[in-house]
Amino acid sequence: MSLLHLAIISPFLLAILVPIAYKLFRQIHTGWFVLPLPILLFSYFISYLSITSDQQSVTESFSWIPALGIDFTAKVDGLGLLFALLITGIGSLVVLYSIYYLDKNKEKLNTFYVYLLLFMGAMLGVVLSDNLIVLYTFWEFTSFSSFLLIGYWYHREKSRYGAQKSMIITVFGGLSMLGGIILLYLMTGTFSISEIIAGSDEIFSHSLFVPALLCFLLGAFTKSAQFPFHIWLPDAMEAPTPVSAYLHSATMVKAGIYLVARMSPVFAEHSLWLWLIAGFGITTLFWGSFSAVKQTDLKAILAFSTVSQLGMIMSLLGIGAAALHFETVEDSYFTVATTAAVFHLINHATFKGSLFMVAGIVDHETGTRDIRKLGGLMNFMPITFTLAIIGTFSMAGLPPFNGFLSKEMFFTGMVRVLEMDIFNLDTWGLLFPVFAWVASVFTFIYSMVLVFRTFTGKFQPEQLEKKPHEAPFGMLISPIILASLVIIIGFFPNIISNTLISPAQAAIMPVEGYKYDTHIYFWHGFTPELFMTLGVITLGVLLFISLPKWRRVYDLFPEKLALNRFYDSGLSGIQRGAYRFTKWYMNGSIRNYLVYIFTFFIITLLSVLFMKDAFKFDASNVSAIRFSEIVLALVIGVGSITILFVKSRLTSIILLGAVGYTVALFFVIFRAPDLALTQLVIETISVALFLLCFYHLPQIKDEERMPFKATNAVISIGVGLVVTLIAFSAYSNKSPNSIAQYYIENTYEKAAGKNMVNVILVDFRGFDTMFEITVLAIAALGIFGMIKLRLGGGKKNENK
Amino acid sequence: MEILMSVVVGILFMSATYLMLSKSLLRIIVGTAILSHGAHLLILTMGGLKKGAAPLLGEAASSYTDPLPQALILTAIVIAFGVTAFFLVLAYRAYQELGTDNMDKLRGNEGND
Repeated sequence: MSLLHLAIISPFLLAILVPIAYKLFRQIHTGWFVLPLPILLFSYFISYLSITSDQQSVTESFSWIPALGIDFTAKVDGLGLLFALLITGIGSLVVLYSIYYLDKNKEKLNTFYVYLLLFMGAMLGVVLSDNLIVLYTFWEFTSFSSFLLIGYWYHREKSRYGAQKSMIITVFGGLSMLGGIILLYLMTGTFSISEIIAGSDEIFSHSLFVPALLCFLLGAFTKSAQFPFHIWLPDAMEAPTPVSAYLHSATMVKAGIYLVARMSPVFAEHSLWLWLIAGFGITTLFWGSFSAVKQTDLKAILAFSTVSQLGMIMSLLGIGAAALHFETVEDSYFTVATTAAVFHLINHATFKGSLFMVAGIVDHETGTRDIRKLGGLMNFMPITFTLAIIGTFSMAGLPPFNGFLSKEMFFTGMVRVLEMDIFNLDTWGLLFPVFAWVASVFTFIYSMVLVFRTFTGKFQPEQLEKKPHEAPFGMLISPIILASLVIIIGFFPNIISNTLISPAQAAIMPVEGYKYDTHIYFWHGFTPELFMTLGVITLGVLLFISLPKWRRVYDLFPEKLALNRFYDSGLSGIQRGAYRFTKWYMNGSIRNYLVYIFTFFIITLLSVLFMKDAFKFDASNVSAIRFSEIVLALVIGVGSITILFVKSRLTSIILLGAVGYTVALFFVIFRAPDLALTQLVIETISVALFLLCFYHLPQIKDEERMPFKATNAVISIGVGLVVTLIAFSAYSNKSPNSIAQYYIENTYEKAAGKNMVNVILVDFRGFDTMFEITVLAIAALGIFGMIKLRLGGGKKNENK
Repeated sequence: MEILMSVVVGILFMSATYLMLSKSLLRIIVGTAILSHGAHLLILTMGGLKKGAAPLLGEAASSYTDPLPQALILTAIVIAFGVTAFFLVLAYRAYQELGTDNMDKLRGNEGND
């Protein structure tokens, strides 16, 4: 186990110590014990920058289940390191923020930090694992810890609803990803991502390739809240705000993006990959930004905005994959999309994290997040207002913030789609820039709503629970750091281009010995992108001002078609359906279950008999019939059928006795003296028992003939027929060899007896007899117990 | 002979099934008794009904009937008897406690499902 492994599992180890620290040091906020770890990890991962900047990677292996090819292989390359820095960096800031956000006297801090540390460790595991099974293990850990964190205030019904919903959707995707992992293993014989990538050319034409691709995409889309699986993210906003800032904007929702980026070298050769990712991404982008405008809750706006931005990154990754379809990736005109995806990934984490924290501050200081109640907070909270301006303007894509740069590159990528002449992109490709542009207009509108509806306009003190004032300094540190990063990256984007972006891009599109030039320019000249941005700003401003007038558009959208409604009714429909189905076939009637069992018996055996051509009728091996046998057969047949038609139960008991004695007679003529003896005695006792039982019946008033039921008749005739046919076939296929000869020869020689049946029972096969005696003993004890033991009070109907 | 016996066994199975599908508890137990008769005869028939002496060495015959199915049937008869006796007493106790032998009324507790 190396230091790298220790770094990945250290949050898990610390999670064990957190409750102890919580119990021992009640005066100190537990967060302070947690804070050093992510900072330490962040500095540790910074030290890898020098390695990955040279396109190198570090791999450490630790044996876990070698027999199954599952080893905990940790690999740090450009992409993994980028995510690890995001996780630990934003993790430190979130922990710091949560120290001031959560009250140490009112909240159960021990559980909060345990869950948060579990999540942090799981997320580090996801991005640094080279083994797919290990990756999947950590992946489910993120789903699970996210579930715990969303349901942190478990006494609220909405929290529980949100937690359950996110669990169902992400675990559904996670399981499908596991399917994809297994398919990849079937194709390549390894779980190692590096080895799969190295051998990816061979699996391209494999028949399992497309199913594996789809399974992976389903996992990535559900985790990263892509349309139509985005519905869990807005409901996950019931979590405490630090959690929303950390999990649902910066890290967990990017696990799907990470997966797509990581698996790009394997799958991106296929046109389906490009189409699905770009298509779903751009749809999510549009739908998320369109839906965000109508929200009235600050965190709901941010949630839909996250959905939309994730769609944007996803679509960029899809378009970027197109570069692989051209001869030389090195000079490809289209790699800019991938660069933009990585760049925006970083930008989004910075500004969205700070915006969530701002929303949390507003909530904390005013008591509400509803923008209809908020307004005019600018004078009370100047610092928060400044932070909000920086975050939202960056989100809207305005200069001089980092969002502007990535939005320009996004437009560049989308416009270049027009020039691709593969996969029909020359015709359908036009949709991409159009959708991107319209979505950007909506992004601009909700960004403006977010900042101006909250901080400017009319101050409504009567709507607020508390008197608003500026947040404590400690709560402001984290968003200030993030907002400074927004500005720093905005002005000097190239400080991260060589250290973070190009190594990450090299991991997404590996080309041997090539270093991507990801220099980011502020000024492109008068390009179409610039005019698109100007158009976005102009139209955005106009629409924002006239928003009250066209807001009604959202009312036109039928609520019935909303995806949440579809999810809710689907879920309750499944429950109702399962309940009804069970209620229908499990109705408590023994007769019904017997009907199922007999019907199944008839159908299975008859179909096997005739489909497998097993039916055989061969009369050559049979013995001759004597007259006496015919008579006995008639008696037994007629007797058993008559039982069905007699009215009195007494008659049926007597007829049963008649059948039993005839069976004994059969034993006589078929030369089985012991059987005949036993049968006679036992039949006598049985009939006596039946009569006893009959005698003690509490006055059967209405003795009646068994009512005729056609289904019963059909089923019973079917059973009789199946048994007869199987008996025919079995006898016709009879193997001539019997082991009987051994018993005949050795009964006297070895066992010193002349009665072969008795010798078999007590000597050759004595074990059967022993347990048969046990059966009788148990029956006798059971009968005794039943009669003597009257725990229910008993005697209710006795001797009536 | 084996063909005739197979038909007889089929008839026994048929009436047993019909009885077991009825709603009177006593008839269901009669059905199980007939079913066991059918099964015993089936074992005997499938063992072959070729003529031969009874499986007693004292007979000093040239051929004997197969002793193994007879031993199996003997075990089965005893077990079937034990189970039938238990069932009968169970039915008797059920009458005493519940006052009905109608299977449609013996459905467990409503609302307890």
